[in-house]
Amino acid sequence: MLETSNLNFLLFGIYPYIAITVLFIGSWIRYDREPYSWKADSSQLLDQKGFRLASNLFHIGIIFILAGHFVGLLMPESIYHHFISSADKQLLAMVSGGFFGVLCLIGLVMLLNRRLNNPRVRAVSKSSDIFVLVLLLVQLILGLLTIFASMDHLDGSVMILLGIWAQSIVTLQGVQAAEAMVTVGLIYKLHVFVGLTMLLVFPFTRLVHVISVPVKYFVRNYQIVRQR
Amino acid sequence: MKIRSQIGMVLNLDKCIGCHTCSITCKNVWTSREGVEYAWFNNVETKPGIGYPKNWEDQDKWNGGWVRKSDGNIEPKIGGKYRVLANIFANPDMPEIDDYYEPFDFDYQHLHTSPEVKHQPTARPRSVITGKRMEKIEWGPNWEEILGTEFEKRSKDKNFDNMQKQMYGEFENTFMMYLPRLCEHCLNPTCVASCPSGAIYKREEDGIVLIDQEKCRGWRMCISGCPYKKIYYNWKSGKSEKCIFCYPRIEAGQPTVCSETCVGRIRYLGVILYDADRIKEVASTPSETDLYEKQLEVFLDPNDPAIIAQARKDGIADSVIEAAQKSPVYKLAIDWKLALPLHPEYRTLPMVWYVPSLSPIQSAVDSNNLATIGKAGVIPDIRALRIPLKYLANLLTAGDEEPVARALERLLAMRAYKRAEHVEGVEDLQVLEDVGLTKLQADEMYRYLAIANYEDRFVIPSGHREMNVPEAYAEKSGCGFTFGNGCSDGASGVNMFGGKKVAKRDVIKTVNVG
Repeated sequence: MLETSNLNFLLFGIYPYIAITVLFIGSWIRYDREPYSWKADSSQLLDQKGFRLASNLFHIGIIFILAGHFVGLLMPESIYHHFISSADKQLLAMVSGGFFGVLCLIGLVMLLNRRLNNPRVRAVSKSSDIFVLVLLLVQLILGLLTIFASMDHLDGSVMILLGIWAQSIVTLQGVQAAEAMVTVGLIYKLHVFVGLTMLLVFPFTRLVHVISVPVKYFVRNYQIVRQR
Repeated sequence: MKIRSQIGMVLNLDKCIGCHTCSITCKNVWTSREGVEYAWFNNVETKPGIGYPKNWEDQDKWNGGWVRKSDGNIEPKIGGKYRVLANIFANPDMPEIDDYYEPFDFDYQHLHTSPEVKHQPTARPRSVITGKRMEKIEWGPNWEEILGTEFEKRSKDKNFDNMQKQMYGEFENTFMMYLPRLCEHCLNPTCVASCPSGAIYKREEDGIVLIDQEKCRGWRMCISGCPYKKIYYNWKSGKSEKCIFCYPRIEAGQPTVCSETCVGRIRYLGVILYDADRIKEVASTPSETDLYEKQLEVFLDPNDPAIIAQARKDGIADSVIEAAQKSPVYKLAIDWKLALPLHPEYRTLPMVWYVPSLSPIQSAVDSNNLATIGKAGVIPDIRALRIPLKYLANLLTAGDEEPVARALERLLAMRAYKRAEHVEGVEDLQVLEDVGLTKLQADEMYRYLAIANYEDRFVIPSGHREMNVPEAYAEKSGCGFTFGNGCSDGASGVNMFGGKKVAKRDVIKTVNVG
C-alpha cells in the first residue's frame, strides 16, 4: 500500500512539476537559442490530397478539447455551481468532449495515415513528427475511453476529484493533488500521465507552434517596414 | 510626404536571349540547398506559356495580390485577417510541389559503377524528396522552353485574355519572348500583408523585402499572398524563403548576382525615391488600367530641390540622392517611359520593371505597303509586330495598349535615328519628334540600351552598414551569418530541439570509384 502511494505521489504530485518545468524552461531556451527551429513544420506543400479536411478536423477538434479541459479542470466547484450542477457539467463535458474528440480522431487518423503512407511526407518526417502523432492518438483514445468509464458514475464525483487534482497542482499543493488521484480509475490515471508526458516533450517537438498563435496579426498594420 | 529610397530593377526584354545564366548563378549562390531545390528565386520563362509554378498568373485560381473592395479599400485577395487565420490549418490557395515540379537528380554514379553491359548504361532520374526512382519526369523548371508543349496547353496563359488567341497557334503566326522573373520587391507587397507572424518586412533604406527566418513560423500564407509566386516554402526547414535581392552585395554597392552575370546586359539597377505616404492611396486606384500611371506619380524627381531637401530631412544619405540622380531605372521607367511594371493590376506596386520586346514585322514580305506612323515615315505601325500589342499590354499594363505602343515606338525611333546617323550620315530629328523624344534623350537611350556600360547599368550606393555599428572595433572577429544560436551555424552535432540535425540527407548514394 505504501509503495503504491509513493508511485502515486511521484506520478501525480511530482511528475507534473517536472513536466511543467521542462515545458517552460525548455520552450524558453529553444525560443531564445534556436529561433530558426521554431515553426509549425507543415508538409502541405508536398501533398494536399485530403489534407484540408484532415488538418481542419484535427485542429478544430483539439482546440475545443483543450479549451474544454482548461475551463473544466481549473474552474473551482464554488464558481461553476452558480451556473451548473456537477452532474450536468459532467454530461456537458462528455457530450462536447465526445463530439470534438471524434472530429479530432478522424482528422488525426487521416493525418497519421498520410504521414506514414505518403512517400513524400514520410521521407521528410522526423521521428519526432511521427512520435507526436502517435502520442496524440494514444492520448485521444484514452480520453474517449474515459467517456465510457464516466457512464458508471454520472454524479460528477470523479470529475470533481480530477478538478481538485488540477487546481492543487496549479496552486503548488502536490501532496493534496496526489491524494485526489488515489481513488480515480486507471483509465483516468493513464490519461493524466500521458497528458503530462505531452507537456514534457512539448519543447522538443513541433508542438511548440501551439504557443505561436499569431493573434498580433489582428492588430498590426498590413505593411511592415523595418528601419535599420 | 515621407520619402524613402529603393533599389529598383529594369530588365530590357528586347535583349534577353533566354540563356538562363541569371537563374543558374542565382541558384548556385542561394538555393543549392536541400528543401529549396525546386525553388528558383530567379527563373526565365518562355512566353506565351503557363509558367512556373503552373498558371501563376491566374489569380482566379491562386488568389494572389490585392482586391479593391466596394468601399474603396484594398485587402489581400486570399481574404481579410479573419479569413487568413481561419485558413491557417490548411491553406486552400497554396500550390502543391507538383505545380512547381518534383525536384530530381540523376544516378550519375551508375555510369561509373555499372558492370559491363550490352547497352550503354544510363543515369536515370530520382526524386530528391523521397529518394525514389522517378520513371518519368512530368514537369520541370522551364518545361515550356522555346515554346515546348502543345499550344493548347500553353494558351492557358492568362495574358491571352481578351484576345483571339487561336491564330497564334498557327505556325505562321506564332510568337515568343522570354520573361526573366524574380521577386518584385513591391511597394505594397501582399506577402508582407498576409504573413500572420509579421516575419516579412520591407527595408526602409533600400526597399528590399526579406523574411525574418527566426520569426517565420511556416504558416504559408505569404506563398498565396504573393501573386508572382515568388515566395517558396522550404520543405526541409519549414520556413518560407524568397529572393533577397542579394542584399549583402547591394549593401556593398555591387549589383545582384543575376544582374552581374547577365550576358545580354539586359538588367539595370538604380535608386528610386518614392513617397511612402501615397502607397495605399495609389494601390487603391479604382481602375486597373490607371495603376501604371498612378505608380509613376509615387516616384519622385531626384533633381527637384524641394524633393532633395525633404529626402535629407527623412534621413536619406547624400550618396543615395546622388545615385538617384544618375539612376538608370529612373531614366528607363520615368524619363523615357520605356520600362513598364509586371502585372500592375495585382496592386502590389512592383519595383522590377520591363522594357517590352520588339519583334519582327509580321508582313515583311509586303514592306513597301507597310503602314508607318509619324511624319518621318520610317517607324512601322507597332501593330504589325509579331508579338501582339495586346499580349504585351496584358503582361505589363493591365491591358492598356498605349504605354506599350509608346515604349516600342520609342525603341524603334531610337534605332531609326541612329541608323540614319551611322549609315546615311544624316540627323533624322523628325523621327524622334514623332515619338516625343529629344536628341539628348535618344543619344542617352542608345548609350544605355545598346552599349549598356557597366557603370551606366548599375548605380548602387553602398548601404552604409557601418552606421549601424556604434563601435566598429567591437565587431572585430564577430560571427558572420548564424542561426541565432551564438556563433553556431545551426549544424552543431548536438541539437536537442531540431530532432534531425541540419545536415544533408544522402538521397542519392555516391560511390567512390578506384
